[in-house]
Amino acid sequence: MSDLRTIKITVLRYRPEEEDEPTEQTYEVEFRDDWVVLDALNHIKDHIDGTLSFRWSCRMGVCGSCGMMVNGEPKLTCAAMLRDYYPNEMHVEPLVNFPIVRDLVTDMTDFMDKLKAVKPWIIREEEKPVSEGEYLQTPDQLKDYKQFSQCINCMLCYAACPVYGLEHDFVGPAAIALGHRYNLDSRDEGNQQRQHVIASKEGIWECTYVGECSVVCPKHVDPAEAIQQTKVATTTNRLKSLVMPWGNKK
Amino acid sequence: MNYKEHKSEPFWWGMFSQGGVIAALLIPIHIFLCGLAVPLGLIDPELLSYERITALLQNPLVKLYLCVLLIFPLYHAAHRIRFTLAEIGLHSLAKVLPVLCYGGALAGTAVVLYILWVLL
Repeated sequence: MSDLRTIKITVLRYRPEEEDEPTEQTYEVEFRDDWVVLDALNHIKDHIDGTLSFRWSCRMGVCGSCGMMVNGEPKLTCAAMLRDYYPNEMHVEPLVNFPIVRDLVTDMTDFMDKLKAVKPWIIREEEKPVSEGEYLQTPDQLKDYKQFSQCINCMLCYAACPVYGLEHDFVGPAAIALGHRYNLDSRDEGNQQRQHVIASKEGIWECTYVGECSVVCPKHVDPAEAIQQTKVATTTNRLKSLVMPWGNKK
Repeated sequence: MNYKEHKSEPFWWGMFSQGGVIAALLIPIHIFLCGLAVPLGLIDPELLSYERITALLQNPLVKLYLCVLLIFPLYHAAHRIRFTLAEIGLHSLAKVLPVLCYGGALAGTAVVLYILWVLL
């Protein structure tokens, strides 16, 4: 191959059994034009330094496991082309705002707990028997929530969110957007079960509409919009329940 | 984590949101009329003379309009200042900031009402 070039990649290392604080290690990687950052990390692991740890799976922007800070920006490393950074040096670090387990691997327990709290699944007050068939939905009803259903839980939005960085109790962009996705689903009846989480102090009200979550989302979900829509709906419902306390509070 | 729906926040956010719309849509018109149109000679200054304006202010609809114009943006500012202060490092004051900021907006509301309905 004649198109090989060499790029310097500095990776944040943290081996808790050896060191108290994260350190940096620089590798020189020969890469081909079509390589992404994840290819370089796999090349390092396979040929240069087998001790480097990082998460990855699908290599095609679907699994959401290879999110890292690439030159300070949250990116899916399977979608960040090395040629876009060459000839400059690159820095690869674990997603910020999360504790580091080892090297580029972060602890995502906090996000998983929040995701579970918004109940991101279809809730029915009463399930109809299978014999009555499926729950039908029109293309328009699908359109209402479709973009929010594209979330792959990669957590780039949490790394980009300055509010989450300051206030770790914040339920955060992806979890709220996914709760919103089910609230908008015509088959769902679980709005009330999610409301106490989504409309809590730690929920939508913590967001100051910085909008970075929507900027970094690799799947073009717009969590900032989900939060904004929920703020408007919650405020309108609250006003309605004050003006008409006898009315349907849904 | 024990989550609880926040009951008062929709009110403050609603005021913030309305205040933002009013500040963005109506205040520029007044800035243009008083700050640009008169100095540029597009409007006869006599139209905004003290006598004409004080006479206009006797109309309750004008008073109501001024209430909306002046009061809602106060809550917009209060909400913005509250969150900005918390985020630039006064996080430990998170409980006091709403009292100070919305308290300031409430005081401003009282001043506007006093001027429009008592002084004028």
